[in-house]
Amino acid sequence: MATYDAERVGSAPWLLTGPALLVFVTLLAAPLVLTAMLSLNLFSDTEGVIPVYTLANYLEVFGDDYFHEIFLRTGGMALAVTFFSVLIGVPETLIIARMRSPWRSLFLLVVLGPLLISVVVRTLGWAILLGNNGLINQALQALGITEFPIRMMFTQFGVVLALTHVLVPFMVIAVWASLQKLDLQVEQAGLSLGASRMTTFRRVVLPQIMPGILSGSIIVFALAASAFATPAIIGGRRLKVVATAAYDEFLGSLNWPLGAAIAVLLLIANLVIVVGCSRLAERRFKQVFE
Amino acid sequence: MAFLTLDGIVKTYGDFTAIAGLDLAVEKGEFLSLLGPSGCGKTTTLQSIAGFVQPTAGRIVLDGRDITHVRPEKRGLGIVFQSYALFPHMTVAENVSFGLEMRGVPRSERGQRVQSALDMVRLHGLGERYPKALSGGQRQRVAIARALAIRPDLLLLDEPMSNLDAKLREDMHIELRAIQRDLGITTILVTHDQVEAMTMSDRIAVMHGGRIVQIGSPFDTYERPQSPFASSFLGKTNAFAGAVHTRKPRCYEVKVDNLMFHVPHEGHQFDGDVNVYLRPEKIHLADVATARLRGKVRMRVFLGNLWLIGVESSLGPVNLTQPNFGAPPPMEGEEVGLTWSDDDLRLLEREVANGHV
Amino acid sequence: MYRNGFFSLAFHTLFIAFIVAPLVVVMAVSFTGEGYISLPTDGLSLRWFHTLWENQEMADAFWLSLKLGLVSATFATLLAVPAALAISRYNFPGRGAITGFLLSPLMIPSVVLGIAFLRFFSLAQVGGSLWALSITHVIVVLPYALRLTLASTIGLERDAEQAALSLGAGRLKVFWRVILPRIRTGVIGGWLLAFIQSFDELTMTVFVATPGTTTLPVAMYNQISQTIDPLITAVSTVLIVGTLALMLLLDRLVGLDRVLIGEKQ
Repeated sequence: MATYDAERVGSAPWLLTGPALLVFVTLLAAPLVLTAMLSLNLFSDTEGVIPVYTLANYLEVFGDDYFHEIFLRTGGMALAVTFFSVLIGVPETLIIARMRSPWRSLFLLVVLGPLLISVVVRTLGWAILLGNNGLINQALQALGITEFPIRMMFTQFGVVLALTHVLVPFMVIAVWASLQKLDLQVEQAGLSLGASRMTTFRRVVLPQIMPGILSGSIIVFALAASAFATPAIIGGRRLKVVATAAYDEFLGSLNWPLGAAIAVLLLIANLVIVVGCSRLAERRFKQVFE
Repeated sequence: MAFLTLDGIVKTYGDFTAIAGLDLAVEKGEFLSLLGPSGCGKTTTLQSIAGFVQPTAGRIVLDGRDITHVRPEKRGLGIVFQSYALFPHMTVAENVSFGLEMRGVPRSERGQRVQSALDMVRLHGLGERYPKALSGGQRQRVAIARALAIRPDLLLLDEPMSNLDAKLREDMHIELRAIQRDLGITTILVTHDQVEAMTMSDRIAVMHGGRIVQIGSPFDTYERPQSPFASSFLGKTNAFAGAVHTRKPRCYEVKVDNLMFHVPHEGHQFDGDVNVYLRPEKIHLADVATARLRGKVRMRVFLGNLWLIGVESSLGPVNLTQPNFGAPPPMEGEEVGLTWSDDDLRLLEREVANGHV
Repeated sequence: MYRNGFFSLAFHTLFIAFIVAPLVVVMAVSFTGEGYISLPTDGLSLRWFHTLWENQEMADAFWLSLKLGLVSATFATLLAVPAALAISRYNFPGRGAITGFLLSPLMIPSVVLGIAFLRFFSLAQVGGSLWALSITHVIVVLPYALRLTLASTIGLERDAEQAALSLGAGRLKVFWRVILPRIRTGVIGGWLLAFIQSFDELTMTVFVATPGTTTLPVAMYNQISQTIDPLITAVSTVLIVGTLALMLLLDRLVGLDRVLIGEKQ
């Protein structure tokens, strides 16, 4: 990277980053700090937010089975989404990578393009497909496979399915990036040394795309754990996750301090998982890859 | 029968012909180079032998066994790739051990064979390093050790030196040649570097347009090119356009402008327009009065062991080289005479020279 | 690499079906002539597109989202370009931290951002205006503009600039005539991506949107929460087609894989 010598830099970088930093400090850092402070306040139905500082909201979240269930459910569904994204995203990426042009770039676009289409639209599609009168059930009944509709809306299965659809492109992106770094000749080298295709994949290719799979998993997990629209639409009011629970506290029961505490916990859990896993993965792979 | 036989190999991709009917026989223990510019089909040929490319037509026989349709992992060949293709997630020892493991060599024996393979390429003690921590030359040695550890019948080298710097490359040429002689392993090298091919090979197959245009020992190939392509690809040469004047029992008399060249017979029939070829190192400076050709020195370049001298003669520009004897050659602008031995003249037809081989 | 076998292609077909199914279904349903969700049976009907055309609420939401996208993408780009230049060409203390800070909205759950902005606006008592909404969007989409701009400024050799300086061009001239033309595709790509992200943003906006500032995704979300009718599928179809058009534009300009996958650094 072309950089100027440190001595000659002067104030230029500060002038250039200054405006963005100013906006971020006043309008991102400050609101986050205010939210953290809010989470320490108390709430009463009659007086609203009471400006005292206590850990009561956190103790409530940690002590209440209702919140335990929400956090566990969120974590469990995020894990399931991550698992399925690996299960289908990794092979699909490898298949696309083996294609010739123009199929290769075409299918890459088909798989990644939905990322740019609104999550609301993509989730709506699943709602239409999964409902009791939805297209999947209509088809199953018409084919005589089932007499009564199978409930898929408002179930964890439905949320996991739709979230996997929403997030699997991130897995493809991560694995694709690691495939770009792969020297294609290593596959031939493996074969020439007598390894079968399967062994070559398992021993030679897979270990080298492992960092990509891991970073894809971290992204998918983090986004699944903090997803809002898909669980809200497919999961409904009963099947709450952390993000929808915080939303309800804020805009439903108007208990802002409690909602803020949930949000802070979500943020911390997210950062711990993302930063922690990335560090672990880095340490594991540092000696081998650049 | 030869150890490795390629019989009428053709490979086409749609309209494009990569190999246009190639026959080749390699003897056991021989070091053969496929030499040619990029796109001549040399890499596709190597890939066909390795099994990564399925020929459109033809047969490949190794040690009496038809391997044309054998899968690459069953061929048992050692390959050194251009990029080395080391496994970055395995240590040097694990890389070398991989092929042995695939062959079910017991663990105890593996360690020993890995050691001896690493010793052979002088990488003793680097077994626990990852490829990332090695220099380019060391990576190359690991790739060679990995390919040789499985004791292959045939060693394939795909432009193995192209990522090394010039000095290292020269050392590797000599070292690799010594290892190959020691093991007596049949080896095929693909390269576009004529020096590399000449230093290492028993025979050179010059490839052009998907065919072998000439095959022979490095000396013969250099001294007796059979096509204008071979003569210009292998080393530099001076070409003079002329016409056959008379055919004598032992030589052709070829007229170039008003100068008569006496080119020795080599069994070919020539008539009409021809080119006379003369290598720069075969031309000598001579006394202006008695020389065969006269001209003015246009430029002189000092190359260390050689002087490269460009002369503007009545036949056009002529290049010659002269060993550095210690005394500087004539100055630019000086009048010089040129002479040569008739035995060093070569003759090829002009149509061939301008058209395709 | 060897080629895909039968099973690979069968898997691939299923995967692609999985990816496009919900989008295809939404579009198919929007052409129904019925008053409820169903596939069009006798011919394609434009009934719901007519209804949509006359729906003032969705139209208002659409225009608001459009304005919001244009404003926030433009401001985000104006802030991101100088920052990217500083980050990619100066070695100064805190460079890594500043980069991380400016990219951090990508790592913070949108729900958290929404709550933080809502709290901030309620304390500052400025909620509910287009400008307040725009500022939140500038922060959320700036990382996208920054990443794409960085991809084009990193690796930009300085010799062309030095040549311009040696030929007597001033610093500002050098920026306009030498630097900007070379990073133009990254900047435009970043702007487009920022626009799309702003236009689609739901989770954060749901907290700060008021009845007077309902964006299109929020309006759609509110509608879907109550009932799913063909009108909403008609809106979705318009959005899908519009996004496809922008995608093609992005692909032409910078290459979609570059936008989505990012440059190797």
